[in-house]
Amino acid sequence: MFLEALSLQLGYNATLVTVGATLLGMAAGVGGTFLFLRKRALVSDAISHATLPGVGIAFMVMVAFGGDGRNLIGLLLGAALSAGLGLLVVHWLSTRTRLAEDAAIGAVLSVFFGFGIVLLTVVQSMTAGRQAGLEGFLLGSTAGMLRADAVTIALSAALTLALVLLLRRPLTLASFDPEFAAATGQNVPRTDLAMMGLVLAVTVVGMKIVGLILIVALLIIPPVTARFWTERTDHVVIISGLVGGVAAYVGACLSAVVPDMPTGPIIVLVGFTLFLVSLLLAPGRGVLAAYLGHRRFQRRVHMRQGLLALAQGQPIYEKLTLRLLRRAGWTRRDGVPTQAGRGRASRALLDETRWQLIRRDPSFEAAAAHYDGLTPIERVLTQDQIAEIDSRIPAPQGVAP
Amino acid sequence: MSGAEFVPLSLTPMLIGILVAVACALPGNFLLLRKQALIGDAISHVVLPGIVVAFLVTGAITTWPMLLGAAGAAIIAVAAIELVRRLGRIEPGAAMGVVFTAMFAGGVLLLEQSDTSSVHLDVEHALFGNLESLIWLDASGWSSLVDPVALAGLPVELPRMAITLVAIVAFVVVFWRPLKIATFDEGFAQTIGMRTRPLGLALVILSAVAAVAAFDAVGSIIVIAMFICPPAAARLMTNQLERQVAWSVVFATLSAVLGYVLAGYGPLWFGFASSVSAAGMIATTSGVLLALTAFFGPHRTRGGTAEAQI
Repeated sequence: MFLEALSLQLGYNATLVTVGATLLGMAAGVGGTFLFLRKRALVSDAISHATLPGVGIAFMVMVAFGGDGRNLIGLLLGAALSAGLGLLVVHWLSTRTRLAEDAAIGAVLSVFFGFGIVLLTVVQSMTAGRQAGLEGFLLGSTAGMLRADAVTIALSAALTLALVLLLRRPLTLASFDPEFAAATGQNVPRTDLAMMGLVLAVTVVGMKIVGLILIVALLIIPPVTARFWTERTDHVVIISGLVGGVAAYVGACLSAVVPDMPTGPIIVLVGFTLFLVSLLLAPGRGVLAAYLGHRRFQRRVHMRQGLLALAQGQPIYEKLTLRLLRRAGWTRRDGVPTQAGRGRASRALLDETRWQLIRRDPSFEAAAAHYDGLTPIERVLTQDQIAEIDSRIPAPQGVAP
Repeated sequence: MSGAEFVPLSLTPMLIGILVAVACALPGNFLLLRKQALIGDAISHVVLPGIVVAFLVTGAITTWPMLLGAAGAAIIAVAAIELVRRLGRIEPGAAMGVVFTAMFAGGVLLLEQSDTSSVHLDVEHALFGNLESLIWLDASGWSSLVDPVALAGLPVELPRMAITLVAIVAFVVVFWRPLKIATFDEGFAQTIGMRTRPLGLALVILSAVAAVAAFDAVGSIIVIAMFICPPAAARLMTNQLERQVAWSVVFATLSAVLGYVLAGYGPLWFGFASSVSAAGMIATTSGVLLALTAFFGPHRTRGGTAEAQI
């Protein structure tokens, strides 16, 4: 059953919804990247909550004009208008008053949402129109979606994705380095506006699938996940789009197959799983990689200090150092160095002595800055320079105190 | 309106609304100044999985397990945000967005998957609460306020909220100086030997306590609004922390009272038969107050503080 869903064989509507969700996930992943790189991820939270009053007003207007108020395009249009208004208010509050952006976000989010709830209770008491299903915008509901709605969502998701891809280059530039973008003649405020427009489009299209409370997750989780895997902006964009697409695709399929499985939460949780995996396992920035890197570094420091101690005939008490030296075959069980260990130790001592000499000599200042007690001196100096240093070492036995 | 009608039906919800509003606005002042305003938003989202888990464990809607579950979820969320921020080297806003949406999604999923049809527990309730239902049926009029039999029938949310508020006020009063110093100049606070990290954590936990206690009574939307709007409006009124806190209490109270009245009686004035959501209306009112201060508040813009001060 799940395989059938994955291969899009669950009927026309389910397939449309899955395709729409996947396209939307990709658009959200790509669009969210710019928001994340501009460190404004939570603005999307304000935008998404600000859609609610628009839905209520659009419903009332449509009923007032004699419809049944369930036209999806009309509702989404209303949502887009009120979300746009919310965005303007956030911008106005954070630039024209002394309030910081986070306070502006929180104020818009709670007030618009509260007002939206007031409108929803008004709608519920109305006798005209078919208000059932407006709550579906809160958490998303794809079950029993009308054919026309599914087509609308799939088409608008595709359109949003196309728009994101079209605006990719200026957005990348502006989010990576706004000053440089401005210096090259790009209109950064306008690019920011375009970015917010994209976020708004993703939010509005995603409302029916993911729900307005959780759509923000689709904009935040993929870029954060992608950031673990690469240091390059253009790669973050691609990976984030992929993560968003995969999360939405798998989530939509799961929710189509398993009963009582709302689409929005499951998409978010699939995305969060991808995030957790990346947090733990990503090479470079992942937790596991960081831990292993720390361990490796610790071992190198212990080895080096142990070898220096051996070379100078000092006793070693540190357990980890002893174990490491023994495992490398450089000391015997009783702590006496082996032949190979003695060679290693004297090489380490020679290296350390050379370092000490160049650190005392101002003419080697640049090279000496590389000293960290681990880097072999051959990496910073040429053979000739090392030979010159060696000539300054009085005699091998003179070094040891 | 006569006391016979007002006291049982409107007095307790209004009082609870005021208590919630003030309890959230007080810590909100400090969160706002420390640029942590959205902590309230995050906490009120993660309360949902907390109460759902508590419900699944105990199998009933009982107060203390739910409060414990919600508080536990709030603390887990704060810890997880910090963990994600540190481990992943992610900016705090995004870390918060990742954690609270995932936890909220988990809560919704648990709720849908488990059999909660027998009890009154759903996402809408969690979001909007049900302030209007907290009526005092044993009251018959103003005289009931001194009648011990009737007083015993008060909705439990009222004394609970009152205790929470007292605890919050006590915290703010006791730690006033450290809070003030650490909020405005964390570096200075550290140099004079103040331990700012536990203090910041205590503030967040206090906010969580306020959010959790309030959440049960009124839903998360009022909680978020009251954490941010009254302090933000107060911030635009004055440059002094003492006055800001006072203003925020005034604004919070005003929002609760006006919002409740508008929700209950406003629609009647416009000829509608039924009332609208009180929680939503209180949030809306606080937003209107914020808008007014944003247009007319004496300290609404940045700068210009120098000549006003000296």
